[in-house]
Amino acid sequence: MSDLFQQTILVSMFAAMLRIAAPLMLASIGELVVQRSGIWFLGVEGSMLMSAFAAYTAALSSGSMYVGLLAAVLTGIAVHLSMAIAAVTFKINQFVTGLGINLLASGLTLFLYRESLKSYGSGNIPTVDPFETVAIPGLSRIPVLGEILFDQHLFTYFAFLMVFVAWYFLYRTRYGLELRSLGENPKALDTKGLSVSRRQYAALAFGGFMAGLAGAVLVLALTDRFVPGMTGGRGWLAIVIIIAGNWKPVPIMLAVLVFAFLEAFQLQAQGVGLQIPYQLLLALPYIVAIIAMMGIRVRSEQPAHLGVPYHRE
Amino acid sequence: MNAVANPPHLRVEGLTKTFGPVIANSDVSFQVERGEILCLLGENGAGKSTLSSCLYGFYQADKGRIFYEGKEVEFHSPRDAIACGIGMVHQHFVLVTPMSVIENIVLGTHEHGWALGVEEAERRVRDLCGRYDIDLDLDAKIWQLSVGEQQWVEIVKALYLGAELLILDEPTAVLTPQESDKLFRIIRRMTGDGLSIIMISHKLNEVMQSDHVAVLRRGKIVDTVRTADVTKEDLTSMMVGRPVMLQAEREDMEPGETILEVAGLRVRNDKDQHAVKGMSFKVHAHEILGIAGVSGNGQNELFEALMGVRDTDSGQIWLHGEDVTHQNPRQMVEHGIGYIPDDRFRAGLVGSFSVAENTILGLQKNPRFSDGPLLNFRRILNFANEAIKRFGIVTPGPHARTDTLSGGNAQKIILAREFWSASCCILANQPTRGLDVGVIEYVHQMLLEKRRDGFAIVLASEELEDILALSDRIAVVFKGEIMGVFRSDEVDIQKLGLLMAGQRDAAAQSDGKPYVKVV
Repeated sequence: MSDLFQQTILVSMFAAMLRIAAPLMLASIGELVVQRSGIWFLGVEGSMLMSAFAAYTAALSSGSMYVGLLAAVLTGIAVHLSMAIAAVTFKINQFVTGLGINLLASGLTLFLYRESLKSYGSGNIPTVDPFETVAIPGLSRIPVLGEILFDQHLFTYFAFLMVFVAWYFLYRTRYGLELRSLGENPKALDTKGLSVSRRQYAALAFGGFMAGLAGAVLVLALTDRFVPGMTGGRGWLAIVIIIAGNWKPVPIMLAVLVFAFLEAFQLQAQGVGLQIPYQLLLALPYIVAIIAMMGIRVRSEQPAHLGVPYHRE
Repeated sequence: MNAVANPPHLRVEGLTKTFGPVIANSDVSFQVERGEILCLLGENGAGKSTLSSCLYGFYQADKGRIFYEGKEVEFHSPRDAIACGIGMVHQHFVLVTPMSVIENIVLGTHEHGWALGVEEAERRVRDLCGRYDIDLDLDAKIWQLSVGEQQWVEIVKALYLGAELLILDEPTAVLTPQESDKLFRIIRRMTGDGLSIIMISHKLNEVMQSDHVAVLRRGKIVDTVRTADVTKEDLTSMMVGRPVMLQAEREDMEPGETILEVAGLRVRNDKDQHAVKGMSFKVHAHEILGIAGVSGNGQNELFEALMGVRDTDSGQIWLHGEDVTHQNPRQMVEHGIGYIPDDRFRAGLVGSFSVAENTILGLQKNPRFSDGPLLNFRRILNFANEAIKRFGIVTPGPHARTDTLSGGNAQKIILAREFWSASCCILANQPTRGLDVGVIEYVHQMLLEKRRDGFAIVLASEELEDILALSDRIAVVFKGEIMGVFRSDEVDIQKLGLLMAGQRDAAAQSDGKPYVKVV
């Protein structure tokens, strides 16, 4: 085998890694902000799935990818805000609500998808015309590195940019300070006369925006159609990633890259026909996630008030 | 007249606040002059905290008017109260522990828009600290500070927001005597600058440092008096509604044989750090050993280890000379140890169980209360009725849910149970925390009665006066170590206070004698 061939495989694997990383990163950063506000939202998976379906349907019916994108983002925000109503306003158990949203999302999208299939006619599943990658002039010409880093979807650039935006917001602004306090001790804000619930609504709206984008990426960039259950546990992985990243943006980015690498490796390994059962390869990211969950003992940055509804008393 | 020219700093008229059927405050009226300390005195549940929360806009009163400097004001949220110039220091601090002092102080303010802009805030805070001689490391994280320092953060936080009237809720509950002296010195300097203070307290020593006292009983103001005109005894009977014996009489008694002995005990806390670092002591029959210390210095871990609830890392525990290290709580109960935990509803009772069930909690295998695997409710009810009568537990009956009882009556259930099952030793961790004066008096008498009966008693309390009055010997704990053990007639509150703050050298100098560790 020639060096060139090996190099091509590596380049395409690492480029795939970054592509795969984008939706995970978007969902994780969104969920980070939600959890920092003290809300343990387990419904990321459902929110992404609903957004993906919305992106598909809207893009098909309007013929515009941008309308699809907008629909996905609005759906994500709506799903997250339904969590806000339940968990912040009515103080319903956050775990139950999150799980309920996931169940609802998987059932509802499956039902609506089957309904829409009837109108398309059988065996004739329409596809969207996905967004192209955007090569950055100059930079993308750099051999190897340029091909990996600078010929990606806009979503990917945006996802990585958001890691640093989130970091700057959390640690360098007054509102970031408030957000971090919210998860640690919401009463500290309340006793200064600042609304806890308004800030938690805002955090969830941002989380919904990011989950909506993540769902859109799956349909409008990584593939060209909606498939029921296509999120495939990415929303759950986002929650694992936050724990693995100890609720900090940059470690979260590293955790995303690890999981994205495993996924890319798995795809590549299937492609070149390694003699490993493909089921095992498919399961690889999740096996690593379980091992990571068992191994991670440091949760020093976990917000102290995470998952506890705030009551005045 | 003068009063017309200078309206009171804050005046409250006819304030009423109810929670459903419970009346927390009823027609409360009082006023605070500029530059004075007003103390709100009352027992638990008298409505002090609700009243202060109404003044701070945290709760909205149902009825009544509030005047700030003569102008009527209405507080819909703490924001309105802050804008007016009212600041509050809550009894349970509301600080974000992983963050720094300065971050806690600027939290929620936006003088620089989005930017953090901490440098300028630091300058202002340093000015404030300088004016009142408050020593604070602004970059330290809250969790690194002692509770005394955290209190200063809370006060500076309120001053930073421009407070001119400070509400201090039980400000010295967690302070050593020296720290609370310092607090009052600084508060006096603040009132000299024209600030006013409303202080909530049930500790008479502090109340005596105020200018006026408003006594609350069952949500109503019973009387407002000039502090200089009254004695502690007057205030107590106003607060309770009847004369109370302030200190129980402890008769002289020769200690008997050693009952409980502990050597080199090391115990870890929930965070896996050593909370008890090599404690050794003996307790004899007819003896109360007092454990003095600011809470959180290893007391809870010590008691849990003695009771077998928490395993020990190293060291040994003997009971009647028998090694009982690493035994489980059931075995400790069978050895005759009674345990009064500090948090009665978390570790001593099940709130949703009936009074009768709680009187035998943990004793259900005792043949007196069960026939094989079945509980014998007839005998349990008899026992509960007996306990209700003997301990004067106020309850609709043995079937009432325990969480409907007041703290004092709930505590009496624990006393009834533990005093019945114990045969040689009582471990009492903060047995009077949050109780009314009358019940405190009762608990003290019960402990002294057990001492007379020949029990060995270990008693931890944050109230130094109780420790001094009840104990034969006092062990002072600081950061998991015993700083010294003293006969209670040979030590004074000043020295105990210094040791509670870990200042061994200063304590040794305070009476000119090097301190001797008498074990």
